[in-house]
Amino acid sequence: MTEQNSRKNIFERMFAIDRRWVYGFLMLAVVLSVIAKPVIPIPISKEARSIYDYMNSLSDGDYIHLAMDYDPSTLAELHPMTRAVLKQCFEKKIKVIITALHQNGPGMAAEAIDTACQRHFELTGYRPESGKDWVFLGYKPYPILIILGMGQNYRIPFPNDYYNVPLDSLPMMKGIRNYQNIKAVINISGTSATDWWITYGNGRYQVPLAIGVTGVMATDYYPYLQTGQIFGILGGLQGAAEYETLVGTPGKAVEGMSVQVVAHSIIIIFIIVGNIGYFATRKKNRVGL
Amino acid sequence: MKRQFPLIIIFSCGLFMVVQYFVPHEKSEFFYEFIALDWPPIIGVFALMLGVISLTRVSITRIRRKTEAWRYSIVTLIGLFVMSAFGVIGHHYPPLSTAFDWSFNNIMIPISATMFSLLAFFIASAAYRAFRARSVLASILLVAAIIVMMRFFPLGPLTSVVGKTSDWILNVPNLAAKRAILIGVGLGIVSTAMKVVLGIERSYLGKD
Repeated sequence: MTEQNSRKNIFERMFAIDRRWVYGFLMLAVVLSVIAKPVIPIPISKEARSIYDYMNSLSDGDYIHLAMDYDPSTLAELHPMTRAVLKQCFEKKIKVIITALHQNGPGMAAEAIDTACQRHFELTGYRPESGKDWVFLGYKPYPILIILGMGQNYRIPFPNDYYNVPLDSLPMMKGIRNYQNIKAVINISGTSATDWWITYGNGRYQVPLAIGVTGVMATDYYPYLQTGQIFGILGGLQGAAEYETLVGTPGKAVEGMSVQVVAHSIIIIFIIVGNIGYFATRKKNRVGL
Repeated sequence: MKRQFPLIIIFSCGLFMVVQYFVPHEKSEFFYEFIALDWPPIIGVFALMLGVISLTRVSITRIRRKTEAWRYSIVTLIGLFVMSAFGVIGHHYPPLSTAFDWSFNNIMIPISATMFSLLAFFIASAAYRAFRARSVLASILLVAAIIVMMRFFPLGPLTSVVGKTSDWILNVPNLAAKRAILIGVGLGIVSTAMKVVLGIERSYLGKD
């Protein structure tokens, strides 16, 4: 009888674990995996590889547009993508036009560009220059209008760059009018800016588009991948880790993947425990009835 | 005329934007720049002023009356005016621009990142409570969620099986459902836009 009561109590506890235990276990798992740094293999998805291959197929001097439409809240997932894409561009000598159409984005974007330039300098001895290798246009309000405006002429919404230098005085922007002069837009976003790039950038101006989005957003964009409206997706930290692996510099995202895998494992364990408790207590209740 | 004038403006702007979308001519470009790019920021500035005034009044009232959590209103006001001052004055006086950048990088970024990170804990707790195999549909959701979560796990020989199953879930059932929702939303947007442009939907005019 005592044993039966004990089993009953265990299943009931499994069914209704206090949320503080869930938080506690998750925190412990995250802290331990950050300290232990287990190595997790990063399988490369075809969605990420297609972006890498497309970028690799570009020639020296080709242009791409990197749209960094995110704010600090999604920085952990999206910043590594930006850094990896910039690294590939600088290595391939692809010229990059950069915008940050989120009001909290320009400061982060400037920092990401600076870091990428510094890393390139440390690796090669050459520091990519503003106006020659990249141009940062900054932020303007009303992203839909800006995306449409840049489709007509970059100078309409951005007569000057982020540093207040007239676009026409930048060597890199000579002869560059609109999306027809660039090979692709890579939109890295934690907002609905991705929808606007698909609808207006790709829909109206047919500019090839690839996206990097947060993990929770990624599943929303698979329909566009199948229709060819976008040619690749980097989904969340996993997507960032894949791209870091592809460009050959495992960084924050690859490190973070081990933490994410451990955290997901904890969540799955809790789900399984909860279901065992659910079935056991349901069976008991039926017998009781 | 009080009601007709706004309707004429909406109809004209709506018609212009539709026509302009399909006519990438230089003249259309000029009008686009003039109407679509210049007007909204001007209107936005007034909306911004309204927002700042409203937030300031609400915060001051809360502080005066010492309502619940009134101290947060002090932080709100300090944040609003100090950052605005750093931003506006810093544009002309660079040392304050550095202060703006410093505040953004060392306050705004960590706070935002922390808030978003906390979601992981809420999601973990919510997943534990919500993913129960109470019915056939709930069981399907549960299994699908676990497979998609496990797709990046190093599971030895099972890795490719889980990966392929996860890809199938994302590319077939997920895609079909998403597409159905998107088509529905798209049709809804078109019909609502038509109703507004043609003056059928007038609730934005108010009751007067």
